[in-house]
Amino acid sequence: MSLLQKFAHIRTGLDQLTANGRNPFELRFEKILSPTEALLDGRKILLLGTNNYLGLTFDPACVEASSRAVRMAGTGTTGSRIANGTYGDHALLEQRIAEFYGRRSAMIFTTGYQANLGLIATLASQGDHLLIDADSHASIYDASKLSSAEVIRFRHNDPEDLAHRLRRLKDRPGDRIIVTEGIYSMLGDAAPLREIAAVKREMGAYLIVDEAHSLGILGEKGRGLCEAAGVEADVDFVVGTFSKSLGAVGGFATSDLPGFDLMRLACRAYMFTASLPPAVVASVIASLGRISTDNSLRARVLASCRRLYFGLEQAGFEVGPQPNPIVSVKMPERESAVQFWNRLIDEGVYVNLALPPATPGSLYLIRSSVSSAHTEAQIDRAVSVMTAVGSELGVIDARRPRRSPRAGTARSAT
Amino acid sequence: MTYNGRDVEAQIIDLLMARVPGGVTVSADTRIAGGLGLDSVAILDFIMDLEDRFDVSIPLDRIATVQTVAELSSAVEALVKGPR
Repeated sequence: MSLLQKFAHIRTGLDQLTANGRNPFELRFEKILSPTEALLDGRKILLLGTNNYLGLTFDPACVEASSRAVRMAGTGTTGSRIANGTYGDHALLEQRIAEFYGRRSAMIFTTGYQANLGLIATLASQGDHLLIDADSHASIYDASKLSSAEVIRFRHNDPEDLAHRLRRLKDRPGDRIIVTEGIYSMLGDAAPLREIAAVKREMGAYLIVDEAHSLGILGEKGRGLCEAAGVEADVDFVVGTFSKSLGAVGGFATSDLPGFDLMRLACRAYMFTASLPPAVVASVIASLGRISTDNSLRARVLASCRRLYFGLEQAGFEVGPQPNPIVSVKMPERESAVQFWNRLIDEGVYVNLALPPATPGSLYLIRSSVSSAHTEAQIDRAVSVMTAVGSELGVIDARRPRRSPRAGTARSAT
Repeated sequence: MTYNGRDVEAQIIDLLMARVPGGVTVSADTRIAGGLGLDSVAILDFIMDLEDRFDVSIPLDRIATVQTVAELSSAVEALVKGPR
């Protein structure tokens, strides 16, 4: 038997998925025209599934900073920070992140995945207890596997269940470390962080919050759910990514705990990988500067996501629990989800197809992500295309639109 | 509450039967992953039901070592009796 034989079931699944349509894992854009448009098969397509929340990938200041950096400092750092040295901009970006969050120190990682992997697996060691939300991102699950702590899942967004599981530990020794996310990536629902922070205080645990999808989106200053929920003082570590609202790639962790900098010499996902290249670091310094001083992007993306969320809800789609920049609609089964996704591309709208086991509760989802760069006309077009395709495939009844009690919010937000 | 091994196993089988398609039979030798058509997330959700039923937390590393219903039953039984 071939070594690769164990992956044969993947081929079977892929063949079923692509029998009557495109391969969602190999979609190839010929040209990216802007944060909201690309060329696919020679035609313009509306990008509504790229997590480009603040539309900063083509921001002139970020592009200029990035170009200048590549000319000044080269295309790559060719090594890790601890073995091959830190560039001035690595240290500057860490300082800017710490200032942005009002915390003592920050560490940057080469990807957001590595930030979670490194931070969580290093902090939670033998004898500790790691409590993770059941719907955590793969990077948190992988960190859990890498950690030598005992890992316990609590029910998604359920502070009572978390408290119950912490109480079950009774007086067993070891630190308790809770991991939650600001906004969850599949349904766009935010964590009940105030309640989780209260459990953390009561039970004497540490709290890590991954703000990957909420940085720049939630909170008056854009610091994410911790700020919006008013619990920043209770959150011991904030993790985040540069690859979504900040328009580049990379990740970070920031903390106010004294001694956090020693993690640089303990955290293998930081130590044994090449550091971020100058062009990326420079564009993130620029984009972080922009979101620190300009609230208009945040206001725009929030208005657009409400427009999409309530537009789809009124059309009769079953949407996620709250309007955030991730707007997912539930499909009745796999086949209609696959067809729906293919038909949207035919009609020039790119969204994400999200299927089990990548989804919570084995849901079949069509997942959109909204950008502040989307115009109202683009959002309206997306709603009308999705409504037409939804009626065509019988996943909504267009003659009987769902009446939303919250629809007024959509109008006032637009 | 106290359970003996057969209680635990019978309850696990009941809980699993409620989650798998009709016609699929579950016994002590059934392999949980691959044997029942449940994906990895569905298995972890089933484990949560089990945790609630027996009021124990089954750590992920412990779940990783379990293949059959009988092995899962022994793991739960050990946790019910006290922390390892």
